[in-house]
Amino acid sequence: MIQDHLAALQVVLPLLAAPLCFLLARQRLLAWLLTTLVSWGCLAISLALWWQVRDGDVIHYAFGGWDAPWGIEYVVDRLNVLVLVIVSGIAAITFPAARCSVEKEVPEDRQGLLYTALLLCLAGLLGITITGDAFNLFVLLEISSLSSYTLISLGRDRRALTASFQYLVMGTIGATFILIGVGILYMLTGTLNMADLAVRLPALGESRAMQTAFGFLIIGVGLKLAMFPLHLWLPNAYAYAPSIVSAFMAATATKVAVYVMVRYLFTIFGPAFSFTEMHVQLLFIPVGLIAVVFTSIVALFQHDIKRMLAYSSVAQIGYMLVGIGLVNVSGLTAALLHVFNHALMKGALFLALGATCYRIGAPLIDNLRGLGKQMPWTMAAFVGGGLSLIGVPLTAGFISKWYLILAAVERGWWPVVVIVVISSLIAVIYIWRVVEAAYLQERPDDAATVTEAPLALLVPTWILVLANFWFGVNPGALTALAGDAASVLFGGYTW
Amino acid sequence: MLSMTAIAVVRLRSLFGVVMLFGIYSLLSALIFVVLDAIDVAFTEAAVGAGVSTVFMLATLVSTGREEKPSRYSPLLPLGVVVVTGAALVWGTLDMPHFGDPGNPVHVHVADRYVQVSPTEVGIPNMVTSVLASYRGYDTMGEVIVIFTALVGVLSLLTIRGHVTVPRHRTTGPDSRPYPVLQVMAMLLIPFILVFALYVQFHGDFGPGGGFQAGVIFASAIILYALTFGLNDAVALVPVWLIRVLAAAGVLIYGGTGVVSMLRGANYLDYDVLAHDPVHGQHYGILIIELGVGITVATVMIGIFFAFVSRAEGSR
Repeated sequence: MIQDHLAALQVVLPLLAAPLCFLLARQRLLAWLLTTLVSWGCLAISLALWWQVRDGDVIHYAFGGWDAPWGIEYVVDRLNVLVLVIVSGIAAITFPAARCSVEKEVPEDRQGLLYTALLLCLAGLLGITITGDAFNLFVLLEISSLSSYTLISLGRDRRALTASFQYLVMGTIGATFILIGVGILYMLTGTLNMADLAVRLPALGESRAMQTAFGFLIIGVGLKLAMFPLHLWLPNAYAYAPSIVSAFMAATATKVAVYVMVRYLFTIFGPAFSFTEMHVQLLFIPVGLIAVVFTSIVALFQHDIKRMLAYSSVAQIGYMLVGIGLVNVSGLTAALLHVFNHALMKGALFLALGATCYRIGAPLIDNLRGLGKQMPWTMAAFVGGGLSLIGVPLTAGFISKWYLILAAVERGWWPVVVIVVISSLIAVIYIWRVVEAAYLQERPDDAATVTEAPLALLVPTWILVLANFWFGVNPGALTALAGDAASVLFGGYTW
Repeated sequence: MLSMTAIAVVRLRSLFGVVMLFGIYSLLSALIFVVLDAIDVAFTEAAVGAGVSTVFMLATLVSTGREEKPSRYSPLLPLGVVVVTGAALVWGTLDMPHFGDPGNPVHVHVADRYVQVSPTEVGIPNMVTSVLASYRGYDTMGEVIVIFTALVGVLSLLTIRGHVTVPRHRTTGPDSRPYPVLQVMAMLLIPFILVFALYVQFHGDFGPGGGFQAGVIFASAIILYALTFGLNDAVALVPVWLIRVLAAAGVLIYGGTGVVSMLRGANYLDYDVLAHDPVHGQHYGILIIELGVGITVATVMIGIFFAFVSRAEGSR
């Protein structure tokens, strides 16, 4: 019986655990325990869903027993199960580490609220991914956004408040644009169900209202995924949030937005409309390439390592946009793989930084000097994540960049290949800055002697680092899944 | 008038005036919704937009000051963005389906079933309630959780203080004078507001209304009490722990209904299985979830108001 309800439970479990956690807020240990157990439950559910759809089956779940399009349905296919697994997987790895880090960074009376917000954010992100209804997506987007603003504002630095407010303003504009887009689509078709929209939209023929809706949705989702130059909210948000929040959000939030973009472009509007009629690739390729180069260079000049990684995230999203903009199956495969792999590498890097913050406070590059000897495991984890970020062979980062380059070669767009390689070299430089500070410089005499971070932080960090290498050496199952999902999305369309 | 109000909001430097204009703006929008025959939406807009959010903004003004600071940024870029967005909307909606045409896709596709079959399937006269509580009940649960999240957000930034910091019924000092006329008026009004809230809550099946509006109206009664009698008395009436428990309980009532349907072998939030007869089950289901909505909305509104006022009093 329970396997029939897995799709609903995937979201309902964390959604209803949140008010429970809110009631337990005074008992910090219990609140954390509940959060952790729920995140493990979510991972188990998403793995079970992966097992159910591995052969290309699609699961439909009708809420309230009302069939779509009258009611709301959840749909699980091979595309979104990939995102479900990565979101719940990152949650299951970062939430156990939360207690240690949060005890240090967040006032006691706010910790229960932080765990509540984490659960809400997880539920929102999973819900956006799993839903088959365009308006339900908006509702869950609101849940995840509101809880993200809360999570960011809990940062230790007072600048976290400004960062959170900036994100709130930009995020609300993005959400409004998405709502306008969905509203126009409803006006044109009378339905909110994604599959139903996909059937009814092409029948409209050429429609200016539909083109406007497309524009609003691209910009709205673009704000959410920090598409250059709409990324301005992201660096501060990730830099000043509590460490564990940065790790969770950097690894999941923008990835889910990329998924939403893919869902709209391919499933709802269809590749023929998106690429032949609206030429969205003419936007994605330049924007993606500028993001890749420009924000990588900006990352070079950051003193705060968290900010540096945040800028690097914008660059990584550039790769995903380029992958989509190449308009071929291998490009989309690369984008999907990078969604998964980037979550692994950024999760590992931000968690390693969280472990550093636990001992030294602010992660400024000057504070890291000589830390390689005093915190060998933490720094080694950072280097491991960094190698994957650069895209060194045998790491997960290499796989997705390799597919991206193959896709560009297939198109014959050599400049794209060159830019991808150049930006990887820039990544070498900014990771090297940290390595140089940590290993080649002496610890200043006036700096306090620190010891290795506690195991509660190290173990999750290393799980993610090892996952980077595991998926770098054994990419088979993952690339097959992403490749199948990509070819289903294109459905034989070529540009 | 709507656009004139909007322009006035942008031009005005007095924040107090801006808040008042926002209230007018919401009332005007509510009127437009009435003209469009969307009574439920108009009701919500009037209660939430013109009512509670105006009070929230006023409470914020107490701690921020009444005048807008001169902006450091040039207004040209935002103006450009707004003009482009507006132009895109106008351009894009020129070929939209004609308003009021019965052949519009909005009327003939999904909504057709809501209009034709919902009185027999769901069994209640107000179709808006059928759609939001049953057909799209999961969305409504999401909205309740959005409101709950707002409380989590506010509490993580502001603390509700209200007990024992100031002696109750203090009679000295300039700003602690009791306002006898206001207090008597409030005592007369509050019972009626509470009864009206309950009416809106339970009449939502038949006429415009439901948990959202009722919750806001209920909260406004408590807020009125807090305004006239002071925060300390209001917190004594509705303690902070009660706000926390009820806000979570409302969500759990709603979500728990879904879990019960699941345990009875149907899909999440399928009310058919809640009673022997599907239509009765729908009745029970809608009644219960609307109650959950009302409880959460009311307590969250009260909680947010208390938090804002605590902040304002703390900064004084």
